[in-house]
Amino acid sequence: MTVAGDRRLLEETAHAILGLDDPWPALEEAGLTGVGVPESAGGSGGDLADVAVLLRAQGYHAAAVPLAETLLAGRLLATTEHAMPSGPLTVAPGRFARRVPWARDAYRLVVLDGERAALVAPEDAEITPGANVAGEPRDDVTVRAGLASVECPVSAEDVLLRGALFRAVQLTGAMRRVLELVVRHAGEREQFGRPVGRFQAVQQQLAELAGEVAVADVAVRAALRTPDDEVAVAAAKLNASRAAGVVAGVAHQAHGAIGVTSEHPLGALTTRLWAWRDEFGGETHWARRLGALGRVPWETVTRTDTSPTTVTW
Amino acid sequence: MALPELEPGVLPPGAERLRAEVRAFLAAAEFEPRCDAWLTGADPGFSRELGARGWLGMTLPAEYGGRARTALERFVVVEELLAAGAPVGAHWIADRQMGPSLLANGTDGQKREFLPAIARGECFFAIGMSEPGAGSDLASVRTRAEHADGGWRLTGTKVWTSGAHLAHAIVVLARSAPGGPRHEGRHEGLSQFVVRLPGDGVTIRPILGLSGEHHFNEVVFDGAPAELLGREGDGWRQVTAELAHERSGPERFLSTFALVRLVCSLAPGVASGRLVGRLWALRQASLAVAGALAAGRSPDLEAAVVKDLGTRFEREVIDVAREQLAVEPDPASPDLAARLLAQAVVQAPGFTLRGGTNEILRGIVARGLGVR
Repeated sequence: MTVAGDRRLLEETAHAILGLDDPWPALEEAGLTGVGVPESAGGSGGDLADVAVLLRAQGYHAAAVPLAETLLAGRLLATTEHAMPSGPLTVAPGRFARRVPWARDAYRLVVLDGERAALVAPEDAEITPGANVAGEPRDDVTVRAGLASVECPVSAEDVLLRGALFRAVQLTGAMRRVLELVVRHAGEREQFGRPVGRFQAVQQQLAELAGEVAVADVAVRAALRTPDDEVAVAAAKLNASRAAGVVAGVAHQAHGAIGVTSEHPLGALTTRLWAWRDEFGGETHWARRLGALGRVPWETVTRTDTSPTTVTW
Repeated sequence: MALPELEPGVLPPGAERLRAEVRAFLAAAEFEPRCDAWLTGADPGFSRELGARGWLGMTLPAEYGGRARTALERFVVVEELLAAGAPVGAHWIADRQMGPSLLANGTDGQKREFLPAIARGECFFAIGMSEPGAGSDLASVRTRAEHADGGWRLTGTKVWTSGAHLAHAIVVLARSAPGGPRHEGRHEGLSQFVVRLPGDGVTIRPILGLSGEHHFNEVVFDGAPAELLGREGDGWRQVTAELAHERSGPERFLSTFALVRLVCSLAPGVASGRLVGRLWALRQASLAVAGALAAGRSPDLEAAVVKDLGTRFEREVIDVAREQLAVEPDPASPDLAARLLAQAVVQAPGFTLRGGTNEILRGIVARGLGVR
């Protein structure tokens, strides 16, 4: 490895693999499940921008793989003395954690316990299966056994912040694909003797969709430059989650009944939009935190200009 | 198919020092913050003070009295002034639009006459685009330009001309030759002209706004002497080249910022946080367009998006303020919140009309997407 050295190659590789029916084996084979984790910690190297390339592609293809979770866990482990094991991983931010993504399918859970972290096999935890509307596992996890844990500087709050940024990136990838699908449909589907995109009522809706995508996208890209700044991440997730609702709504309206079957590619994307917008905090969660941050909004809005661009983990 | 896409803008080194200077100046300056101050808050004295500090005509070259600063440095100054609700209305059009337009299209004589005065805050401009019969359909303007005495004379009527009563000159879009055949041909035969104000053959009449305030005017040209700006017949291209600058700046999401500040200070919570989060993203989008423009690109689609979503945010602020502050709008109230709300409410219809209606903007986006 590493493909992460060349971002364009990384993007092409990611799209080629994540477009497969079962991408996980090829992701592992190519070392993409360790991108953003130093080679010394068992990863493939690369930085957060490389991670974002992968997550955007994963969202774009609505690929049903715990890639975001594995990369999150890998980066977390890199701050500890544990090496990153191979296989799918996920993070449980406490010994009693609700709706942990992909817990039952993980090779190991990274369980946070105060200022320590432990690697736990799913069979050593009590797992109550659950799922989001896209059918992705979201399981409640209870870890009762004594843990062989190591020191970990990353807190549950840090995981929430980083997880929110990751989901926001995935959302922008999925929204980009929805925009492409809806534009193609509007150009091809004919009613009343012309493509439905020729109707101003449809055009106005599509422009709305494109606008929300563009603003969410630039917000998320900007937040990736200061990923430890709470304001940047909160605003990125808030706008991506807000856009997700608008985008899914407009896309389904424009597709008509054609889009509401499980055979159509739109559904795999919109169900993820509806799920991911509420994971790691929805609009209200992040709005509440932004609201609590201070009473001088202009300073809040501009403070990220000078936030450190170094990344803690 | 062109999908709107933006790279985040990067502020230049020194931007924070500049920001601190502007903030210090604003903290000491005496004015009452207003909503929509960039259109309705004219204070020629304040404009001259900004000029003296080097904060007008910032991007113009030094040989024309400018400060040779970058567009992103100007972005910093402008967003600070707007966020403070400062009275920037007198010089706004000259500084934002006509300075760059004269620099791009003007003769050396026009540049020497107008640009240094714009940078000093002593020359204000109006834009003569809309007419009684030409609003969104700008190419249907009927103001005529005719050759006379080696120059040009204009005849026709412009309306909704902000600040014409304070301006020293107006740039007018007029028909200097018949349009070509077919629909697109209407863009041919249009030219831009400069007319000094007040001037012979020009009558300026107030058009009062919804609360009786005066910033709009009707400007009637009756054989008024005019100078060509740029190339004859090139008016449509010149006007549309200004649009990305005109549509994507911070004035497209900060018109009601004084209310955001009140909501955050009096009722901090989910609703105020939602506004702050949205504002953060819209500012990033605006900054990204500014960065793209500075790099020589033409992000027309993205500029249209910023104006569409930004101006709707400005209106959303009003509803959140009403919900959170529970105050009745009253332009003469001793309560600042009531005054700001009154200003915002009556100006709000204009937010999504001026500079291209939001429906026109979405049409531009739809065309970019390839569905139109």
